[in-house]
Formats: sequence, structure tokens, C-alpha cells
Amino acid sequence: MSTEITVTVNGTAHTASVEPRLLLAHFLRDVLDLTGTHIGCDTSQCGACTVHLNGEAVKSCTVFAVQANGSEVTTVEGLADGDSYSHVQQGFWDEHGLQCGFCTPGMIMTAEALLKQNPNPSEEEIRAGLAGNYCRCTGYQNIVNAIGAAAKAGR
Amino acid sequence: MAVTTFGESVKRTEDPRLITGRGKYVDDIRLSGMAHMAFVRSPYGHANIKNIDTSAALDSPGVIAVFTGADLQEELGGLPVGWMLPDLKQPPHPPLAFETVRYLGDAVAVVVADTAYQATDAAGLVEVDYEVLPAVVNAEAATKDGAPQLHQEAPNNVGFDWEVAGGDYAEAIKDPDVIVVKERIVNQRLIPNSMETRGVVADYDAGKGNITLYTSTQIPHLVKLLFSLVTGWPEQKVRVVAPDVGGGFGSKLYLYAEEVVAGIVARQVKRPVKWIESRSEAYVSTAHGRDHICDAEIAGKKDGEIVGIKVNLYANLGAYLSTFAPLIPTYLFGLMLGGVYKMPNVECKVHGVFTNTTPVDAYRGAGRPEAAYLVERMVSRFAQEIGRDPIAVRRKNMLAAHKNGRAVTTGVMYDSGDYKANLNKALEIFDYPAFRKEQREARREGKLLGVGISTYIEICGMAPSAVASSLGAGAGLWESSNVRLHPTGKATIYIGTSPHGQGHETTMAQLVSSEIGIPIEDVEVLHGDTDQGQFGTGTFGSRSLAVGGAALFNSLQKVKAKTHRLASHLLEADPKFVTFENGTFSVEDIPDKTLTIQEVAGQAYAAANLPPGMEPGLEEVSFFDPQNFAWPNGTHLCVVEIDPDSGQVKVQRYVAVDDFGNVLNPMIVDGMTHGGVAQGIGQALSEQAVYSDDGQLLSGSLMDYALPSADMFPMMELDRTVTPSPSNPIGVKGAGEAGTIAASPAVMNAVIDALAHLGVKHMDMPATSEKVWRAIEDAKEARRAARSAARARG
Repeated sequence: MSTEITVTVNGTAHTASVEPRLLLAHFLRDVLDLTGTHIGCDTSQCGACTVHLNGEAVKSCTVFAVQANGSEVTTVEGLADGDSYSHVQQGFWDEHGLQCGFCTPGMIMTAEALLKQNPNPSEEEIRAGLAGNYCRCTGYQNIVNAIGAAAKAGR
Repeated sequence: MAVTTFGESVKRTEDPRLITGRGKYVDDIRLSGMAHMAFVRSPYGHANIKNIDTSAALDSPGVIAVFTGADLQEELGGLPVGWMLPDLKQPPHPPLAFETVRYLGDAVAVVVADTAYQATDAAGLVEVDYEVLPAVVNAEAATKDGAPQLHQEAPNNVGFDWEVAGGDYAEAIKDPDVIVVKERIVNQRLIPNSMETRGVVADYDAGKGNITLYTSTQIPHLVKLLFSLVTGWPEQKVRVVAPDVGGGFGSKLYLYAEEVVAGIVARQVKRPVKWIESRSEAYVSTAHGRDHICDAEIAGKKDGEIVGIKVNLYANLGAYLSTFAPLIPTYLFGLMLGGVYKMPNVECKVHGVFTNTTPVDAYRGAGRPEAAYLVERMVSRFAQEIGRDPIAVRRKNMLAAHKNGRAVTTGVMYDSGDYKANLNKALEIFDYPAFRKEQREARREGKLLGVGISTYIEICGMAPSAVASSLGAGAGLWESSNVRLHPTGKATIYIGTSPHGQGHETTMAQLVSSEIGIPIEDVEVLHGDTDQGQFGTGTFGSRSLAVGGAALFNSLQKVKAKTHRLASHLLEADPKFVTFENGTFSVEDIPDKTLTIQEVAGQAYAAANLPPGMEPGLEEVSFFDPQNFAWPNGTHLCVVEIDPDSGQVKVQRYVAVDDFGNVLNPMIVDGMTHGGVAQGIGQALSEQAVYSDDGQLLSGSLMDYALPSADMFPMMELDRTVTPSPSNPIGVKGAGEAGTIAASPAVMNAVIDALAHLGVKHMDMPATSEKVWRAIEDAKEARRAARSAARARG
């Protein structure tokens, strides 16, 4: 039992026949080979799989691929313009906002959405905005600094 | 193009791929024809396997094969123990259980299918008939008469009894002026939770009989060696690759059952196979940490002089011995019981006990956080008992500064340190008198504020091999490096360490650049592929720079020596008068007679004009074995505010002053300290693995296990002192674990300090709202009872 869907990912339309139970995270990784979106849990807690669905940050492990039919999806692979990183990506590099890098794509996608809603967040607002994303390496300190730096660069 | 220096905060070269989604973790590997594995795991803590029916699973769509433990018993062998202790009991540890399961999650069968979804579906169709047995999960209870028995080889479930002593504690407490303070200290079980779970891809080459394991590990070379020993697969036909690895914290430091099974199954089905651990699976199948039940005594005099510490520890080993399990609660714990204090008498007994729980092994700090927590809690507890300031008591007992070796009571030799300098610097940043004033004012307003201190030391830079071997290590613990300068003067190096967040691609290249003056962009750092370079030990125990960096430094000295000789020859100058600076060889007093190291490298390969006896080429290898461990130390101060109504603890301030010896890349060291401290705060305030008495893991997912989130932390304030380590040629100590070791006692001392005026003296971690609220209410009740008793008397 398969369903045909068309999803526009990072500006390119992809049509595929998928099982209804296929998660968007697995569609991106296994069907489209966009492995930048990571899967860190199975209970929708860790946020490593965060992508943008029609401009909103979602955990792609809690969306079925069929639910994304006809939608626009942006993944971490779609942020940089050639060698020019987004402010958030640049902030993560400049401020040492990552160590093992596994949570990083989800952190970056969450931060992008956070800054879109609130371009000038306080430290407290940044920390609250990361409530759905776990990092085990950084103690979050340099992630908070990275997002602060990205906000500053965007002003 | 930049030449970097030692001590510069060089931005990480790993990051461009990791911030753009182009990292390559195990789950990102796709091989042609790759099948997927799913494990069938025990739902019980302890049970006999009566029968396994695989027929429904075999009929399920896409299924290629199903193997039970009995099917693969001979091929799989038993999982190894890498550390021996006297009279250590070593029950067999089959990768797939075939008679008895001994913990929730013990694997009993594996399903191979075309897709991961199909494999998971079919795993649910494997019918296992269990005879459930009584279970025991508490290490102390497991040693009692009548407790369920896990292994016939280990009567009363005791895997080992171990002890260390120095001085004479029993004699010391006979002094009538000595006060003994006793406390039961529980260091709770933790679940490591690296953000990337484990995973393995096994690729079998039927033509050559070779196997390649891509696995998320901290120790690719040891996995290769141990896999070969366990399965009998010839070592030269085994290749292990650790690609990008998403954190480890000690939990990826072993040979795991799934790695062995993947290799054997790939050979059986003649297709590449992949297994990616789900998070819920990781909670039961990846080694846990800590889990100590400890009766502790500290003895001292009213003036604050501490005369000794005594410890009787039940250390939970879990159901089987994981690779380094015997090491963690013994040497890495017992040898550290003197802390940074004179501590003239130490007595420590450790009982390693099997229980029906996931095996316990190293988790960030591994033994040292348990020791530092115990020592630092007991010192503060002692200060409270004699009514003295915990800082004054520490200062009174602290070891004097030393630069080159200080023997301590437990028999080890601290390398270098200035413990009071750490304390003074931390207090200066913190402004202790101002805080005590604020605390008094806050109490008048009904607020609960507390400060906690920990003045820790830890043993790392694993390890001098001969010492480690005499204590039980099954392998050398040296490290290796290979430096290859290409004919164009660019470099490829291979390091034996295996980073999983530590940034070795940056720091090791930075060391190359600073030593031989080539731009950091010209250095390619290879690691983690056993076919690319010489044997190495791996990354754990804060060893990578102190041991691996030292090996690299030594290779670079050999490169310098050879290029210096060749440059002198080419410049037709006496080597005595040839200097090397910023990548250029110059002849003293002759300004235009120079050669760059790139030019010299070209000449080494051209080999047209070499000095007599010099071989062509430019490649050097070093194996570095340290003479001693390295001993980071420091002072951490933490302020907590407790909500008196809910018991919620909030960390308001955190100051850390650490002595990591020389620091190669301050940005990276600070980042590791942040993360380490966060894990220590996590243990102090929220994390805890909880088993029911029958062996069910109640905290078995990220929904139930309270991993710290961003809003739990203040901005940490970090500073340093520097006493270069004499244990290695670059004077570094290691920074990966120190934060975790220091933080949990600092936080808990702060919690107790906030509640001390109510009469609270100790509380076990984690200091959850409920536990703190109960402590406050109990203290109130005790005071009410005391008041009414006084009234009744009066």
C-alpha cells in the first residue's frame, strides 16, 4: 500500500510513492538522501530532526510524509547560499555552538524559526525557545551565544 | 592561509560540514544491497528462555533471516572483559542470550530484513516463551542471603571485592579529640544519552573474507582487536571505521554485542547489514553509569583538621561485566579518596555486584565523579558538623602547591597543581563575603539561597601502560601518531585517538601548524579508520591531547629533526647555525640563505641531494606512553536558589576555575567545560535511572528520564590557573571530564547550604523538587516536635 506524494524540499519538487506510515524524517533521509536531518529519539523529545514545514519549525519524526504532500520543506541543507552561511549557521561556527554536531541541524532549524518570530530575543527567551531541543555536549551556553550572535548579525 | 599558535582559539575545521548537514554519521552510510537488523530483547529483568518461535517473523514481508542466540552461539563467542582484578568473577557474556536473560533489554534474537521498518515489524513477531525468575536490582540487596542469583560463577552475586588503604584509619580515630561523621551516600545510576545513539553497518567482502564495521565508537582500534579475539576473525581481515560520532561520554567505549552480531550476520546473509539503535532501545542496551551505594565516614578535629576517610561501597555492575566495568569503581574511585587534601588515612572497600540491570561502565568521569562527590560532600558535611566554614576547612587541609610530583596516601603521584591558587581565584571572582551577606538578607525575606563549593582533583591522561597493566589493564594505553609531509609541503596526519565532539581535526592540526609552521589549512587530520593508520587506543579518560597530542608532538619533533638536517645540508651550513622559525630554515647572519619547510619537503622526495645515509621521503611515526597520569584540578562555586513552596532548585550562578595545565585551544576547552558542568548539574538536579524491584526500567525513555534542557543553566563563568603537567612534553592535563567531576558536589553542597539553617544535613541526588520540598517539610516538622518536647519539659 503506497501513496504518491509531491513535496518541495529546499526548492526542488520531489514526487515519490511512499507507505502511509513513513515518517517525514525517514522520507527526507532515506528517500531523498538528505541525511543532514538527524534522528535522536523515538518519542519526539530531542528535536534533532527539526525542519521547516511551510515556514514553521516541526519535528519531522512527528509528521508523516503523506501529511507533507504539497508542502514546502526546508532542511539544514537548504540554508546556506553556496559558501555563504545563514546568520544562524555562521553564529554556530563563530561561537563554538557545536561539538559532536549531531543535535546541530535541529538546533539551527529551531533557531532560524525562533529568530523569525522574535528577531531580538533575550537570553531567557532563547533558552525557552530551545525547550524542544536537547544537546548533551555544550551545556547550551555557546548555543545561546550563537543564536544571540545571529540575532545581532540580522539586525 | 594562517599558521596557528599553541594557545589560540582557532575556530573548528569540522564545523563547515556539520552546520550544513554534510556530516557523515553511521546512519548516513548507505551501501548497495544493504539489509537492516532489528533485535528482539527481553521484556523481563530475569527469565529462562524456554522456546523461541521465529516462524511468523520469517513469513513477514521482506525478512531475509532470523537468528537466535542458540543459532549463532559458536560464531559469536563471548564478550570480553578488558580489565582484570584479583579473583574477578567473569561469567560468560553471550552477545545473544540463549538460555537465560539477565536484564531488561538482553538481546535474544536478531531479524534481518530489506528495510528497517520490515525488520522492526518482524522482530515483534518473534515469539519467545519465558519462564520469569525473581530479580534483584539493588547492589547491596543482591549480596544478601536469599537474593536471586544471576551467575553460578559469582556466589552472592559478588563479582569482586577490592580494597585500597593508606595510613591507619582505625588507629587515627582512637584519638579522643577526633570526631567521626557518618553518612550513607548514594550516587544514582545515570543513562549517558549521547545525542547520536549507537549504530553499526557491517560490510562483508565474500571474495576476500574481509569484514568492515562502520560503528559509532570511541575506540575503533580496540573494537577491531576485541572483535577479532571474540570471533576468531583474523585481525588483518577486520577493518573498523568510526565515522562522525555524535557524542559518547564513555558509553561508546566498549565492544558491544550488536557490533559482533552485525559482523557475523553480514557473513551469514552475504549482504551489508545496518543496525541503528532507537533511543528507547539505547536506554536498556547501552551501558549505564555510576550506581553506588556507599557508607562513608570522615574523621577530624574541632579545629577543622581532617584525619581520614573510610568508605564501604556497593558498586552495581549490572548483569554482566562490560569491557572496563572492573576498573571504574575501583582504581578510578578508590585512588581519588584523598582529594586535594593531606588526608593522612584512607580506608576503602569496594564490592562489585551483579544485578538484573543493564551493565554499568564508564560514564563521563567514570569513578572520579563518584569519588569527588563523596569526598567533597563529606568535607562540607564535616565542616557543618563542627560549625566551621567549608572553605576554611578546605584551606586548612589542602595540599601545598607542587610542580613535579606529590605522593599521596592512596599511593598515587599527583603531577602538578596549586590548589590554593584555584581556590583564591575562584573566591575572588565570586566575592564570597558579599554572597554570605546577600544570603543572610535573603533568609530574612524567606528566600532560600545557598553556595556550594568543590575543590576537586581527578586522574586522567590514561595511561602509563606498565602501571595500568600492573593494575589489570588488558591492553597498552599509549597513543600513536603518524605525520606525513607530502612533496608539496602539505601534511596528512593519522591520529590514534577517535574524536566524537572534541574537535581533534582542529586541535591536532593546530598543533602541527604551531610546531612546523605550515598553515592549518594544509593539514588533513585522519582518524578512526583502522586501515588508514597505525594502531591507536582511542578517546576516553581525558587522554587525547595529554597522550595522543604528545605522540603527535613527538612525531613533529622527528619531522623537524629530519628537515633541519636536510635543510642544513641543502643550505651548505653547519646545522648549529641553522635556525627554524615560522616554517622557515635560516642560516644565522646570512639573511638571504633560507628554505621553507615546503621546499625542504619537496627535496626530501626528490632525493637528488640528501645528506649521507638519509632515507628519502618525509613520514614519521611516534608511540607515546606517559610516565604518569595527568591530574586536572580546580575550584567550582555554585549558587542555588530554592523555592520554599515547591522545592524547586534553580542554579543562579556557576564559577569554575580549573587547572588543565597548558591549554592548546581555549575556546574548545571552555566548551568542554560548559558541557561537563552541565552533565554534573544534570546529575545533581534531575537525572536518575529508576528500576522497579522486578527489573523494569521505569525511566526508560526521554519522556521519563530528565535530561537537562537549556533553561536549567545560568551563563557559567570560567577561568583558569596553569601548572604545566610534567607527565607529557606539552604540559597539558585533559579537560573532557573535569566539569562533570566538579559540578555535582558543588551543586549539592549549595542545596544543603541553602537548607542547613533548617537542620538539613544531607540529601541524595537528584535534588528534585519533591525531594527538596520533603526535606524542608521534614525539617519544619522536626523543629516543631523539638519545640513541643522542650515545652513539655519546661
